Amino acid sequence: MSTATMTLSNEQIRRSPAHTATIYLKEAKYEFLKYLRLRMYTVSVLTFPIMFYVLFGLVLNMNQFIAGVRVPVYLIPSYGTFGVIAASLFATAAGLAADRGLGWLEVKRASPMPPFAYFTAKVFTAIVFSAVIVLALFALAIAFGGVRMLPTKFAALFVTLVAGSIPFSAMGLALGYFAGPNSAPPAINLIYLPMSFCSGLWVPFIFLPKVVQKIALVLPPYHLSQLALGVVGSGTHEPALRHWEVLGAFTMICLGVARIGFQRDQEKMYG
Amino acid sequence: MVATLERMPDARSVTSQTVAVLEDVNKSYGAVRALKAVDFQVRAGEVVALLGPNGAGKTTAVKLLLGLLQPNSGKVRVFGGDPTNPENRMRTGAMLQVGRVPETLRVREHIDLFSSYYLNPMPTSQVLAASGLQQLSDRKFGELSGGQRQRVLFALALCGNPDLLFLDEPTVGLDVEARRMLWDEIRQLVRRGKTVLLTTHYLQEADALADRVAVINKGEIIAEGTPAQIKAQTAGKRIRCITSISLETLRRIPGVTEVKEDREAFELHTGKAEPVVRELLARDLNLSALEVTAAGLEEAFLALTQESSKNGN
Repeated sequence: MSTATMTLSNEQIRRSPAHTATIYLKEAKYEFLKYLRLRMYTVSVLTFPIMFYVLFGLVLNMNQFIAGVRVPVYLIPSYGTFGVIAASLFATAAGLAADRGLGWLEVKRASPMPPFAYFTAKVFTAIVFSAVIVLALFALAIAFGGVRMLPTKFAALFVTLVAGSIPFSAMGLALGYFAGPNSAPPAINLIYLPMSFCSGLWVPFIFLPKVVQKIALVLPPYHLSQLALGVVGSGTHEPALRHWEVLGAFTMICLGVARIGFQRDQEKMYG
Repeated sequence: MVATLERMPDARSVTSQTVAVLEDVNKSYGAVRALKAVDFQVRAGEVVALLGPNGAGKTTAVKLLLGLLQPNSGKVRVFGGDPTNPENRMRTGAMLQVGRVPETLRVREHIDLFSSYYLNPMPTSQVLAASGLQQLSDRKFGELSGGQRQRVLFALALCGNPDLLFLDEPTVGLDVEARRMLWDEIRQLVRRGKTVLLTTHYLQEADALADRVAVINKGEIIAEGTPAQIKAQTAGKRIRCITSISLETLRRIPGVTEVKEDREAFELHTGKAEPVVRELLARDLNLSALEVTAAGLEEAFLALTQESSKNGN
């Protein structure tokens, strides 16, 4: 293809920035709607962290203390992290694997859709559902757990947890490129459930066996939950920067893997 | 290049204008050769059917022309350029075979999203009308029947108001009524000057819709022409009769290309019926239930594909 052709083509299809923004918005809106109406997604992703929080934080251990804070406070970062991970992985990996494996992504690729819009829509959906889960936990904590914190603390906790959906969305994209349409959901469960346990999201970190505590140090959910626990003053007191570094590196690795998958898909087509 | 692009809008009436080309294209998946040295063209304003059995390479050809696959060798051109050009994606529409479409989105939502990708989309009301989906626009995809789902995929191919449409097995799995409905919709598009490449393994469909048919089998184009020409190429007769003549003897009668036992009768294929009938009657005075019919496109197709298989082996 000559350079002249390329230039001409690009000029001919140049969309206005407003048009491009509209595409990104619609892609994100419909991706969100798609999952909102998918009961399998909303029920499993929203219900579990909320149910666990109500059961273990409000019904059973409400007036006990862990690591210097009351249980209803301690469990917001824990189940918040748990919820954010599930919402992010299922919104990205499961959908991407199905779209790739069952032909839908080809229909989109045959259209002039900007490819990046497809990925940002998935990450957007993951972030919105993560935010919903965190806000639901806040509401329960305030209404039934007697949790009182400064609004700035709530805000910091919210931002930390919701930002955590970015590394796990990246992980989901990587997974989505290497899992089949049917194997993606069980693969997600096989990875994130043990990972959540070992990171202290179900059993508080300080109660975990020593061996598991050592494993936790290399697990991203541990670092996200410790960042969030740090906000409420019951983390393991490592410097926050360290956690951000680990999560940042994890995000980059996952995006790298996703990129390899993306290119492998292209090469399969170019091979 | 520049000239081609600028001339295209009014060039649709010039039937010799080539809009899509496969030139000596080879494509393999591992050890499987999906296309072997395929030469194929689509000209502006025509409806071309790529006709062949499952696994013949039809879908591969379409995906190459959509830039979803790249050939191992040979040239693929659409509107004179690379099929992956954004410009080309704006001017082509594709209906592919899809295993799963997001089921929780409504018909009009799917159309709204796809239309947003294009600079000059077809108005939604027109897309709905052209695909017969007006009554169903508020339904979720998952609530639709097989035929209705196919029509949504058809509608998505129309969203960009494309000049060139690729329809990969548009009516596969549809009942007769749904198939005819989609045929009518395709015919209406053709009347509006669209160029259509459709793949099918239904001969009737190629016959009903196409100006030109290319028969493809095992990755090779084995015949090309108007539906009438394809029939003429193997213009044969089918002779059916009950006779005591043995199968071996029947096979040796000059002009007989094929003999099949069909229940109590034999079925013979031949280029010219009269000499064979004369020979049959001469050999068996008690011959009964004689029928002579013209071989349809179905037979032509079978003859063509079987011939190419024999040559291949």
